[in-house]
Parts: sequence; structure tokens; C-alpha cells
Amino acid sequence: MSIPHELINSSAERIEVADVSKTFVTKQRTVLALDRVSLKVAESEFVCLVGPSGCGKSTLLNIIAGLEQPDSGKILANGEEINEPGRDRMVMFQEHALFPWLDVIGNVLFGLKLKPGLKDKEREEVAKYYLHLVGLEKFHHAYVHELSGGMKQRVALARALAPNPRVLLMDEPFASLDALTREQLYGDIQRIWEARKKTIIFVTHNVREAACLGDRVILFSPNPGRIRAEFAVGLPRARDINSVELAHYSTEIMAALKGFTAAEGKEASE
Amino acid sequence: MKRGIVSLVFFFLLLAAWEFAAQSVAKPYLLPSPFSVGRYIWQSTGDGTLAMATLVTMKRLLIGYAIGLVFGIPLGLLTARFKMFQDTVGLLALGMQTLPSVCWVPLALLWFGQTEAAMLFVVVMGTLWSVIIATNDGVRTMPPIYLRAARTMGSRGLHTWFKVILPASLPYLVGGMKQGWAFAWRSLMAAEIFVSILTGFGLGQLLHYGRELHAMDQVIAVMIIIIFIGLLADRLFFSPWERFLQRRWGTGKLK
Repeated sequence: MSIPHELINSSAERIEVADVSKTFVTKQRTVLALDRVSLKVAESEFVCLVGPSGCGKSTLLNIIAGLEQPDSGKILANGEEINEPGRDRMVMFQEHALFPWLDVIGNVLFGLKLKPGLKDKEREEVAKYYLHLVGLEKFHHAYVHELSGGMKQRVALARALAPNPRVLLMDEPFASLDALTREQLYGDIQRIWEARKKTIIFVTHNVREAACLGDRVILFSPNPGRIRAEFAVGLPRARDINSVELAHYSTEIMAALKGFTAAEGKEASE
Repeated sequence: MKRGIVSLVFFFLLLAAWEFAAQSVAKPYLLPSPFSVGRYIWQSTGDGTLAMATLVTMKRLLIGYAIGLVFGIPLGLLTARFKMFQDTVGLLALGMQTLPSVCWVPLALLWFGQTEAAMLFVVVMGTLWSVIIATNDGVRTMPPIYLRAARTMGSRGLHTWFKVILPASLPYLVGGMKQGWAFAWRSLMAAEIFVSILTGFGLGQLLHYGRELHAMDQVIAVMIIIIFIGLLADRLFFSPWERFLQRRWGTGKLK
């Protein structure tokens, strides 16, 4: 297969979160989901955001995606402010969010067809390339409901990768999968990240998953949502989720997570 | 195969019970036997009466139904997406849907006279509102995640309407179209039995004249034809759509 110019690795993007706050008002109460959060993500860095539910990590991802607006502060991509969704930042959701009225390749082509400057034949070739990359070359014309949960998330990954974004935003994409499928996907996502050189921001509440995938793990705490700690994971790739070295890191992160949740409980009771 | 035999036996027994009732219990002028009904169908098929009446009725039905869809689907899409339409057209549709469309007959006759337009008006009033409501419900049931995903991939405005919202609501639209069809069919029959239109003699009128002439074999024959047309429409128009949706969406429950 001749690989069109479209597939040449574009340089990854540098993302800067500058002093971002976001409040949600419900009938019962007001929640400060993000309280002046700042974060810098380097080009081609794989960063995992971890924390208990309600700590604002998904909200931050949505703001970076441009799907939500911050109340204050801003998001910079390569130094330029962003405030709406863009093709340079693709999102993978917890639910696969595939379109049931399209077949597998139709789903992957959806974003590609909206990308100008390509011939239809090139689009098709790009879609096939990514379906091959995620190991679904035999399922071009299957319908979404015919696929297993893991296969659906692979299609969603191919769909997100196809328009060649510079950043990949992943919101607990593996949370609803069984353990075995998840482990396969940890291998796949690391392999694809090495091959395609993207900046990846990955949200999860699974500490081990974060340690396995991230160059850096950022720890969030809720009420208000803030960054509490940061860990660099210096293990060589590809990492195995079950390795002893990894356990060392995830224990350390878990201890920190428990530490500040306990501290907060104490504060509250005093 | 076995199910086919079961159906066949069931309907044979039903016919036998009917014949028995006609022979022994009821007087023939109260319940004509299946044979006299069969004879009427045979004769009126032969002389073209049934075919003509069916043609007139189907023409009214299809035109009225088409008008109902052409206006109903876009209006339903608008009420689902814009508050202004929801609070106006949506509310109107909700109210109008509760009104059996045969209630429009007196006004329709006054406005349009004994013409095809009066018939069409009644059919459209029967179809339009239920199509608006079904379309509206369909679009509202669409998971919002589709819109978010489409936005991140660069879909905006009309592209989102035609490539996401419309196909995502398709299973519900087909349900709405089916419901609209049932409403159109019922309104037309009521209207045809109620009024004679000089420009065309439909199935409803044939049934009505059966009553006037006290020809119950004719009445029952027309009823049977009406049932068959309903079944045929379901098999020809809606079943293929539903099978298609089932294959794509993979569930029967979205029908």
C-alpha cells in the first residue's frame, strides 16, 4: 500500500492550560469543578490525569477539546488560544460514540470527509491504514452492533486518529471493557503512540492504568478540583500493566491519593 | 412451515365458525355467509367496481400522506431543536393530535365543498400532527454524545443536520411514518363513509352505500379489502425499512 502524504507524521502539539476555573451550578449546590488549574503538556508527551470522580479531570479534557468553555483562564495550543473544537484535537469518549447508521469504515471516514484538501481515494486509503493499525482490516463493512466492546473502542480510536490530529484526548476510553481486552488495548495504544507521535492526554480513575501509559501522571483532588501531585514514570516502553516495577509506581501514586483524601476527611471532621 | 399451517388452520376455523353462525344463529340479513361475501368480491372485481374504488381511495391516501410527511418531518425536526418552535408548533401539534381528524369534516366541506380537496384536508389533518410529534420525539431520544463526537470531528450546521441528526433519528422517523400512515388511513375511511364526493367513489363510500342498500355482504367485503390493503402497505413499505434498520442498528427495540 502506498502511504499518501496525509499519513506523514505531523509534529505533535504543545498544550498549555493557564489558570482555568470552571463552576457548575445545579439546583442543590454550586460545584467548583476546576479551581485555577494550570498544566503544561509537552509535544509528544503522554500525560494521564487521575483522581476520584468529581475532581474535574473530565471537565478539563472537555475544555481542552473545546466542547466546554472555562469560566476564566485559557487553553493554548502551540501558544495560540483555543475555544472551540478543532481537527488538531480529537476526542475518544468512554462510550464508543460510533454512529450505528454507518459501517466501520464509514465511521472512520466521517471525520476524514470533513477534512479539506484530500481526494476521496486518499481518504479511503487513510481510513484503511488506520483500521489496519488497530487490527480491524477484516471488518471494514461490519456494523457497529456486530462488534465486541473492545473492537468498538478500536474503531473509535481509528476514527479519532484518521484526521491526523496533533493531540489525542481520551476520556476513560477503556473503563467499560473487561480486563483482558483492556490489557490488549494498553499494548495497542502504546504501540500506536510510538508510531504516530501524538500528544496524548488521558483521563482515568485507574491508577495502575495511568502508571502503565503515562510519561507523567497528574493527580487531581475534588471539591474544589485542583492538581495535587505529579509523578514522572521513568519506565521503558512498552510497559506491561502487571510488571513489578509498575506496581512500585502505582503504589506510590495510590498512597498519595489516599493521603490527601484522608487529610481532607480529617479537615472536614475537625 | 409449521407456523404457516397453524395460521392456515386458524383462519379456516374462523371461516367455518362464521359460516356456522350465518347458517344457524343469525339471520342472513344480519350476518351474510362467507360465500355471499366471496361472491360479491368476485363479481365486483370482475366488473371493476372494487378496483376503481380502491384506486380513488389510494390516490387520496397517498397524496394526503405525502403532504403530511413533507410538512410534518421538517416541523418535527424544528420543534425538537428550537425552543421557539417547541412552544408554538409543538404545543399545537400535541393538542391537534388528540382531535380525531373526522371532526374536521364539517369545516372541510364548508371550505372546500364536496371536492377532493376536502378529503385531502382531512387526511392531512390526520397525518401531520402525529408525524410532527413522532419526529420530535425521535430527535429528542438521540444520544447527545453523537453531537459531541460530530462536533469534535468538525461537523457544523447543515452537515450536522443531514449527516448526524437525521440518520440518528431514522428508527424513530420510520416509527412516526408508520403511525402517520395508520392515522391517515383511519381518517380517510371515516371521511369517505361520512361524505360523498362527486369526483370519486372510494372504498369508504362503497361501504356506506352497502349500508344504505342493506347489502351486508358488500359491507363486509369492503371491510376485508380495507384490511388487506393495510396489511399489504405494512409488508411493502414498512417491513423492508424495519428489517433494514434492524440489520444496521442491531436491535428490534428501536423500531
